[in-house]
Formats: sequence, C-alpha cells, structure tokens
Amino acid sequence: MNDTIAAISTAQGVGAISIIRVSGSDAFSIVNKVFTGKDLTNVPSHTIHYGKIVDQTEVIDEVLVSVMKAPKTFTREDIVEINCHGGIASTNKVLELILRNGARLAEAGEFTKRAFLNGRIDLTEAESIMDLISSKTEASRKVAIKGLTGHISHLIRSLRQEILELLASIEVNIDYPEYEDAVEMTNDKVAPAIQSIKTKLHHIIEESENGRILTSGIKTVIIGKPNVGKSSILNRLLDEDKAIVTAIEGTTRDTVEGQITIKGVALNLIDTAGIHETEDLVEKIGVDKSLRLIEEADLVILVLNQNEKLSAEDRKILSVCQNKKTIVVLNKSDLEKRIEEEEIPYSEIIHTNTLDENGVEPLKEKISELFHLEQLQSQDDSYLSNIRQISLTKEALSILEEVTVGVQQEVPVDMIEIDIKRAWEKLGEIIGETYTEELIDQLFSQFCLGK
Amino acid sequence: MNYEIIVVGGGHAGCEAALASARLGHETLLITGNKKNIADMPCNPSIGGPAKGIIVREIDALGGEMANTIDHSCLQVKMLNTKKGPAVRALRAQADKITYPKVMLATLENQENLTILEAMVEDLMVEEEKIRGVILSNGEKIASQAVILTTGTYLKATVLRGSSKTTSGPHGEKPSQHLSDNLKKIGFTIQRLKTGTPPRIEKSTIDYSKASLEPGDNIGYTFSFDNEPLYKVDDQIPCHLIYTTPETHKIILDNLEKSSMYGGYVEGIGPRYCPSIEDKIVRFKDKERHQLFLEPESIYYDDIYIQGFSTSMPEDIQEQMVHSLPGMEHAKILKYAYAIEYDAIDPLQLKQSLETKLIDNLYTAGQINGTSGYEEAAGQGLMAGINASLKLEGREPLILKRNEAYIGVLIDDLVTKGTKEPYRMLTSRAEYRLLLRHDNADLRLRDYGREVGLITDEKYKKFVAKKEAIQQLKSTLQQIKLTPTEEVNRELIALNSAPLSDGITLYDLLKRTEITLDKLQKYLPESYSKEVEEQVEIQIKYEGYIKKANREAEKMLDLEKLKIPEDIDYQQVHNLASEALQKLSAVRPSTIAQASRISGVNPADISILMIYLKKEHKL
Repeated sequence: MNDTIAAISTAQGVGAISIIRVSGSDAFSIVNKVFTGKDLTNVPSHTIHYGKIVDQTEVIDEVLVSVMKAPKTFTREDIVEINCHGGIASTNKVLELILRNGARLAEAGEFTKRAFLNGRIDLTEAESIMDLISSKTEASRKVAIKGLTGHISHLIRSLRQEILELLASIEVNIDYPEYEDAVEMTNDKVAPAIQSIKTKLHHIIEESENGRILTSGIKTVIIGKPNVGKSSILNRLLDEDKAIVTAIEGTTRDTVEGQITIKGVALNLIDTAGIHETEDLVEKIGVDKSLRLIEEADLVILVLNQNEKLSAEDRKILSVCQNKKTIVVLNKSDLEKRIEEEEIPYSEIIHTNTLDENGVEPLKEKISELFHLEQLQSQDDSYLSNIRQISLTKEALSILEEVTVGVQQEVPVDMIEIDIKRAWEKLGEIIGETYTEELIDQLFSQFCLGK
Repeated sequence: MNYEIIVVGGGHAGCEAALASARLGHETLLITGNKKNIADMPCNPSIGGPAKGIIVREIDALGGEMANTIDHSCLQVKMLNTKKGPAVRALRAQADKITYPKVMLATLENQENLTILEAMVEDLMVEEEKIRGVILSNGEKIASQAVILTTGTYLKATVLRGSSKTTSGPHGEKPSQHLSDNLKKIGFTIQRLKTGTPPRIEKSTIDYSKASLEPGDNIGYTFSFDNEPLYKVDDQIPCHLIYTTPETHKIILDNLEKSSMYGGYVEGIGPRYCPSIEDKIVRFKDKERHQLFLEPESIYYDDIYIQGFSTSMPEDIQEQMVHSLPGMEHAKILKYAYAIEYDAIDPLQLKQSLETKLIDNLYTAGQINGTSGYEEAAGQGLMAGINASLKLEGREPLILKRNEAYIGVLIDDLVTKGTKEPYRMLTSRAEYRLLLRHDNADLRLRDYGREVGLITDEKYKKFVAKKEAIQQLKSTLQQIKLTPTEEVNRELIALNSAPLSDGITLYDLLKRTEITLDKLQKYLPESYSKEVEEQVEIQIKYEGYIKKANREAEKMLDLEKLKIPEDIDYQQVHNLASEALQKLSAVRPSTIAQASRISGVNPADISILMIYLKKEHKL
C-alpha cells in the first residue's frame, strides 16, 4: 500500500478557504491524532465533521473535515480533506502538523498520479486534471474542464475518422486491384483530402495555442536599457492588480517575478530579477540571457526612451524580436521626440508616459488586442489544452507536410499512405488509442514513476 | 516404423509441414484420408494475389515448396499492382488443378524420411499433457514424438446447398467425425466456421463473345527465387470477365430464403471479405452489377470456375442464376456451388511457434487455426513443420516478427487477436508492409531458412552471390559522380530531368523519380542481373520511406524486448480493467509488444502492467 501523502489542494493565497487533502492508508489515523471532535477512524464514509485542529494544547484552526473511505475516492485510497478557515498562515501550520504526524508532503500532481495508477482515471483525464490543478484563472479552469468531458477526444476522433476513411480507400485498391467500383486513389485525389485535414489541424493548433495561453498565461518579458522606465511599467502593472499579485520568488520554474490578470488571462512577467535594484536588465544579465528570454517569451515589451536616438543595443534587440509578438513602448512622451520611429519595424507602438497614473492603460489595451483576449473569453470552441497534446498535433501536421512533399515528388500512393497512417497514429496517441514507447516515456517523466 | 513426427492432413499446410520435417531429417508420417486429394485446390484455381503472393515468396525463401510447385503448374501469371509502389506488388498465377497436386505428390513421394498413409485420424494419444501419437478410425495406434494437425475443412465437415445438408468434405469424402470432439475433451475451444465456393461450368457451353479477355502478363515470372520461367509467355491460358445482370439480381432476391445462409441453415461464421453473391446483392442494393471472372481450372478437363459467384442456393435456383449471365444462357453446370461448415480451434490457444499451449509437441496449422486460403495454410504448415523439428532437436523455435514476414504477421495476429471468421491475409494487416516486399523475401528470410537447415548449399551460395552483387552495385553507384558537362545535361533534359549545376553521384541521381537504372547503364562498368538491378533501384529510390518504416519497426522491437514472465499471475496486477485482465489471462502474451496488440487491452492497461513488472523487478 502507498504511504500517506498530504498537501494544500487549493491555490495558495486565493480565496478564503484552503483545503488540505490527505490520502493513503494512514490518512484517518494521522488526522485523528490532531483533531478534536468525533473519532474520525470510526465514522461512516463520505461524512463531514466539525472540530478543531490542535497542536498539544494550542488550537490552530476551526475546521470541517470530510472523511472518505477507499475505493470511492479520487485516488481510490482513504482520503481526509480538511477545510481550513484561518488564512494561509494557519493552513500552513495545519499542514506542517499533519506532516509531523506521519504524512509525507505530496509532490506536484501526486494525487492525480495515484488516481491514474489506481485505475481511477485514464491518461487524457490525468493530463486534464494536471492542467486543472495548475490553472490559475477561471478561464483556464474552463479549458481544463472541457478536456475532462471528452471534447479533446471527440475532436481528434472525428479527424482520425476522416483520415481512416482516406486510408481505407487507398488500401482497397491495393488488396483488391481488380475491383472496379472503388475509385483508384491516385496522388491527385489524395492531395486535396490531405490539404483539408491539414487546414483543420492548423486551426486546432492555432486555437490550442490560445488555449494554452488561457491555462498557463502569457509569458512576458519587459526589456530595455537602464532608466527608460521598465520598473515604473512593472510597478504600475503590479500596483493596479495588487489583489492577485503573487510575487513568490523562485517558486515556479519560470521564476515569475509577478503575475497580473488582464481580462481573466494571466500575464506572467518572467525573470525580471534585479530590475528593482539596478534597472539595468540588459547590463546585469547580459545580452545572451536577454536573447534566451526573448526566445521563450510569448510577449516582449520593449521599452525605449523616445527622447533618445536608437542605440546599437536597441537595434540589436529590435532585430531579435522580429518573430515575436512585440509591443514597443515609446516612453517619456512628455519629452522632446528624438527617436527615429520610422526605423522601428513594428506596428504595435505605444506612446505613453508611464509616470502618469493611467500610463499603462494603453499597454494593457494593446496586449488584450494582440492576443484577442476578448474573443478568447467568449469563444466556445474546443482546443487541446496541454503541451503534449499540442506537440503531438504539430507532429501529425508535419508528417502530413511530408505527404504533400511526397505527392509533389510523385512517390507511389501506397508509400505516401505510410505517412498518412503515421499521422493517424500520432493523433491516436493524444487520446491514447495507439501505443508507443514515447507515451510510456512521457508517462514516467510526467509522473516520476519507477524506482 | 518409428515416426518422430506425424502430420494429419495432406492439404497445403500438411504438405509443407511434412516436407519441412522430413527434409530436416525427421522420420515423418503424412496421414491423409485420400491420397488423390493431396495438395488439392477445392476452391479457386489460383495461387498468390496481394499479400498472399508475398507469402508464397516467403515460403520459398525459407525452403518451402509451394512456390516451386506453382511455377511448374501455372496456366497464366500476372504481376498485380504494377502501377503502385514496389511494396504492394504481388504475383498471382492461375494454377492447373490437375498438375499442381501431381507435382506436389511427386515431391512428397520422392522425399526421404517421408511416408504417406491413407487413413482417418479420430483421436490423439496424450499422456501428462504431452502428445504420444494418433489413433486411427480402425482403432490402430501410431506413436510419435510430435503431431501436426492440418485437417483443413475436414473436422465435422458439412456441405450445404439450400436446405440440403450433407456430412462430407469438399469432394464428397468422409470427414473426421470425432477428432474435434476429442480435442474439445482435452480442453480446446471449438468454433464453427463457414466458407463457400461457386459453381463450375462446362467450358464448351459458354459463349465467350459476350465476355472480355483477361490475359496474362507478357513478361515471364516465377514465384521461386531459384526457378527460371517454365512457361511460354505466349502460351498462357486467358481468363474472362463478365457481369451479373438485373435478371440475376432478381432471381437471387426472389429466392433469398431458399439459400442456406438466409434460410437459417448455416451455423458457421463466414468471411466478410469473401461474401457469397447473395450477400453482395443484399448488402450493396444500389449496385447494378457485379464483376465475375471466368477462370479455367485445368487444361486436362473443361471446368470453368466463376470467381465472384459463390452461393449456397439450391441446385434449381443455381441453374436459373447461371443462365441469367451473359454468354451462359445455355451453360451446363458441372458442379454446383456450395457452402461448407467445419470445426476449427481457437488460435488463442496456440503459442507463437504454433505449438498448442495445452499439449506439448502438438502443433496445428491452416484452416483448423481459423484461416482461409491455400497460401495462409502453407505458410503455417511450413512454420509448424520447422518448429516441431526444432523442438525435437532441443532448439529454440523460429518466430518471424511482424517486420520480417507476412507469415509473422499472420501467426502473431492469430495467436494474439484470435479470429471469429476465417482469416485472410491482406496487405493492410501488415503495418510494415514497405519492408515486406515481393522482391526482398529472400533477403529477409533466406538466412533463417539456412540456419534451420532447409536451404541447400547450392541455393545458399547463389543467394550470397546475389547479396554481394547488390552491395557492389550500390557502392559503385555511390562512387561514380557525374559533373555538369554539356553532354550530361543534354541527356538529362532529354529524360525530362533537371540539368545539373553541381556534381552528383549516380546513387543520388537515381533518387529522382524519372531516372531509372537502365537509363544510367552507360556509366556503369559492368552489368548486373535484372533481379539485382531491381533490388538496388528499390532500395535507393525509396530509401527515405524504407528508413521511416524501419524506425517505426524499431519502436515495436524495443517493446518486443520487454518479456513478460511466463508464470505471471494477472490477478496480482491490481487495477487492470476487467476486459484487459480477462484478455491477458487468455492470450498470455510473451512480450509487452504482443500485449499491446491485444484488442481490448488499452494503453492504460499496458502502463499498469509495465509499472507492475517494474515494481516487481521483472522488467
């Protein structure tokens, strides 16, 4: 039997109630040790009980605990959920106490991993729940829930069916070459069919990239020379949204400095470390690192002082940002304009003075416009919601590109069909309908299984 | 006489099994109900076709006999799918139904270590789950160390025409009435299968002016890698094509209830890919006509086989149906069409070697395993003969992988997925079909045949020489480089090919669609055989696709390396879906790859199984 794990299962710092989930064979006895009220080891399954969490004699929080016995639980193990009301500090204390009494801190996604391993959910569901866990805004929660209810599967299934029908019409010619009624599938006939499937895949990927933005937010880097007003932009953005600011240093992989929400979508300001002290990002972290940051970002905000001419450094950054969604902020609009605006190869240019109280409003508007955030909220389409699914779809698309090349090179149709079949299988992997070693690799890396 | 191996049944599976075992030096007894029916072709008078033709090549590469026999008995030969890529090309020959069995019987009779006995086997001698021999209908016992059952349609065979049901084999002989019951007693699951055959018409009563001609190819081909064409291209016997008429359809629809199938007289499950004419008309109502091929059965008698007209109608309706066909207004039916039902075992009860899981040293091959088709039967017979022999010698069985042979795909499908209808090989069953080509069967399999001991020194020497020539030609093509001279470019333009701007090797030039090896002949220092040139051209031209197929195959081979312990108790693997638990327990796959191919076992189950094996340190 698995050891008992515990973690705060609600998002940190958001909302009034935090829930601590404890799962495993000792869940009841561990919580019972620190709970005053009913004997939790002796209550019916799926019942809720009022009581206090105490450390020796000190009362830490007033709580409601839900007791759920295996197997009818999310992990198919015994589960206790503690509803804490006392804010983040006391919730952390309760968790600490549970850990001291024999539970182990759950790794990220470990409850889901157990649910999956114990056969409670399948891989697609597991991934969607992983997204649900890491989703930070209401919008992204919606995307994750769609994944759960099988939208992804349906979408991919119908595309696979389309490909399957094409495959079948090629195969019938091969196995029954003298059968007159089947249309002879030639490259000329395959090409438009493939084109139509490619268009649909393109559409799904595009939608999904937006979907990914909903779930994981827009990775944003603010870049510029010292003293152009980067920190004032950052501070204004953060100031205006203090309630949802979570500036926890070094806690996430992307070292998010700050996070704000624009129209329900998270804007993750990435790796602006040091910006407060020196205001000299380029100098401090070096040009190489800036380039890498730009590479990773979904959005680059390049801040320039319109009072100065473009420097060599500015021009370099301008050229690097060519293929990125970039907004150029020409700051200090109160001063005389000396910058060669006509040499800036972007249409997204904002003239502003960020020292003004409403100085970042045009920037926020621009971001919303650039990412179609209004539409993103209202659209009801389905899209793939995680990186694995999106990248498999991209692989399928690029295999179909090979089909198109094959057609142009007049490769026999039965060989081209081999690629069509591969694309079909790739799409199958998304919904777990074909099996390859990569899926297992992915599984083991995502859920850190093994010895 | 002390027999080591007894083969029960003299059809296409039995012939290959008996020859393989005798050739490998084992004293072999072939028991057949009737010596005249050895290597009989009770249905269509042809061998080969898509996928099936490639199986015949594979049989030849491994040291079997079918290819050589059809080379000696063909009336007409065609290469199919020539407009498509090399992977799906396949030979099909019209066989002479008199000559083919005659040639095979002669081969069997001339084979050392092989005895043929006319008798009917009704029971098996089994001790401690090991086969000890067979018991004949007269009670006589014959001992042996291994037994191969290749009973074809002869287990409780019933011939059906309309409401008439006769206990008989395809030619009116007595079937085995007790063997399948006795197999059931041992623990085999018996299923009832059905197949059918069309009527035969007297050739002189057909008016061919209403039919179109279907001649053979004007190039000579052979199935065997070691034969030269034994027929004259100009002397081939043609087939003919006609179509059903609206009247035919009306007769069938009006009398549907009289057929065995629609009248409810059939218990067995028939093959979807080989439907009767009544099935075709019912299922595809909108089709105005169906193709029918008129195929000669032999030059020694007058029967014409109507391919596509299989039926289980009573005889009087068959008369009407035939007379409604163009050119058949006055045709005489020599043999009425019929459906035949027979018993088969569940192939899930077999190992990959075709040895049964229940009884050691008992093997089965052909229709008894749920397949249909001469080629499928012969391929299995050969493998059963080889593996029974290897077992007696204390050697590991020969198991062909899915990326190595159609025969491997066939057996893996049978023992992994089972079959509920007669199984026919199709190219679409082979996921690596680009690797499983007609042209490279020898390169894929001859080394196995040699290792087993079925390829003679002489044949093997010839094969090695061919392999070397292929290598040599490939490296020559890599060494010779053309430079963009005026003359070269003029020639390229004449061939509709883009002129050069840089130097290019002949190897790379050959990758262009419009360039073939014979167009590069003048640049080559020596000439090579047609076979070698064809092989090199395919390997170079489709190199990219072949590499892709190999990469896909390697993924499968990696999973194939993950062995599942033979003693695994699936009840101990918690959280398997109940369908997966049941299927895995029934099939008992030997590798993760095989497990993943079982229908009803989905990726989540495979993950759980792998996690279990990892946890138990068994993987």
